[in-house]
Amino acid sequence: MTIEDWHKCACEDAGSRGLEDLKPLLATLADAMRALRAAGWEDVGRAPADQGSVEAPAPPADGAPK
Amino acid sequence: MTAPLHFHTIAELAPLIAAGHLSSEELTRACLAEIDAHDSALHAFITVLGASAIAQARALDAETAAGRCRGPLHGIPISLKDLIDQQGVPTTAASRVREGHVAERDAPVTARLREAGAVLIGKTNLHEFAFGTTSDDTAFGAVRNPHDPSRSPGGSSGGSAVGIVTGMSVASIGTDTGGSIRIPSAACGTVGLKPTWGEVPCEGVVPLSPSLDHVGPLARSVADAWLIYLVLRGEPTAARWPLPIRQSVKGLRLGVPRRYFHDVLDDDVRERFAASLAWLRQAGVRTVEVVIPHADGVAPVYLLATLPEAAAYHAAALAASPERYTKNVRLRLEMGRYVLAEDYVRAQAARAVLRNEVDAALDGCDALVLPTLPIPAPPIGAATVDVGGTPQPVRSMMLRLTQLFNLTGHPAISLPIGDTPAGLPCGLQLVGRANGTERLLAAAAACEPCVIA
Repeated sequence: MTIEDWHKCACEDAGSRGLEDLKPLLATLADAMRALRAAGWEDVGRAPADQGSVEAPAPPADGAPK
Repeated sequence: MTAPLHFHTIAELAPLIAAGHLSSEELTRACLAEIDAHDSALHAFITVLGASAIAQARALDAETAAGRCRGPLHGIPISLKDLIDQQGVPTTAASRVREGHVAERDAPVTARLREAGAVLIGKTNLHEFAFGTTSDDTAFGAVRNPHDPSRSPGGSSGGSAVGIVTGMSVASIGTDTGGSIRIPSAACGTVGLKPTWGEVPCEGVVPLSPSLDHVGPLARSVADAWLIYLVLRGEPTAARWPLPIRQSVKGLRLGVPRRYFHDVLDDDVRERFAASLAWLRQAGVRTVEVVIPHADGVAPVYLLATLPEAAAYHAAALAASPERYTKNVRLRLEMGRYVLAEDYVRAQAARAVLRNEVDAALDGCDALVLPTLPIPAPPIGAATVDVGGTPQPVRSMMLRLTQLFNLTGHPAISLPIGDTPAGLPCGLQLVGRANGTERLLAAAAACEPCVIA
């Protein structure tokens, strides 16, 4: 099922249950589903890690803020 | 001027009680007097257990007089978020859905507190069913922030934090599914600990999303939170008290994740956090910049992981009596009924990735350090807040810096770091390694004196 088909069905169902106020939240949920799927987490999980750390510069000589 | 005793920490009160210089009854009555004087305006408590708390305090005082002290919690008044079962007392979850419910037995965490000698003073108000971050959707009146009663105390454990800063209880037990201990701690100026997921039992606690739910303490100091954490975990504490608080931060190495975590910050919060970090560095902390590569993808993962779990728990009540929920909570639960199973599974895959990335960021560090809340406490009922000239949804802002560590299960603690110029508290969050809650607490205890403004 595509997200568009899902969203249409969900809004129809919410409307039939008298939950008009749910429709904006279903649009939010559709956006979240798009973002989740676009991120391709299953593929990310198989790729090598891409992170590292860098030593921060020394603190300023004038010390901590007041 | 010295604060009244019921505003002191457990570390300060415990020796007074053990030596018979302060009675638990006196302390409990002082807390009850604060509730009586101020709670009609603040709505921190749902159930006040005045008579049973005094009876419990008297019994504990009798034990003290007979030479028995159960440990550092002996005689200390502690509140429970009203999601947590206490035998013979309603567990309302701040909802009309639960009307008529009375707990048949103590939750394991309640029983452990009772055995350790805590006086159970009452049940605190919260965002209904813990499904929100502002503590204003509740059947018992919006909880108000004592620093500015027109503002939210954060949530969902809002009443717990308010009770501590107003002297209504010395500490409290909350729950945290996306930040619900740390968020009100930051907004009200308390310490709040979310342990590693699974360390503290959630039986007898109304669930929100079981795979992300945590039970933990809100308190006035890291040492107090550490002590209560040990009790909640089921450890005897008398032999471990006082706790081994290290006196210096020298040698501590903190990872600073900036990308995503500093992208949307209120100017006053940014300034307070920067000042705290500078103080820590001046005191000898070493900091390293770290990256959590996919942190910016966390919001949809959190939504799609939590909603179906919450909807599953509430399915029967949503079908039977939907009108008994507050409107916003009902609508969010209804959202969860539409999530597709394949997306819930994707969210679980994402959690595994994020867990590995947080582990990697912690490699070589004692903890990560970041703000707890990107904004100060928002006005009650606000849907958006202005951050750097851009309106931002309150709910997204409240969860932005905390929800990741519910998805990954890492322990995290919020420390108060002083107020904005408008007098609203800010919080600093330290995140530790999985199953390294005590190491995190040790780091937090060392940092605590450096960040108090």
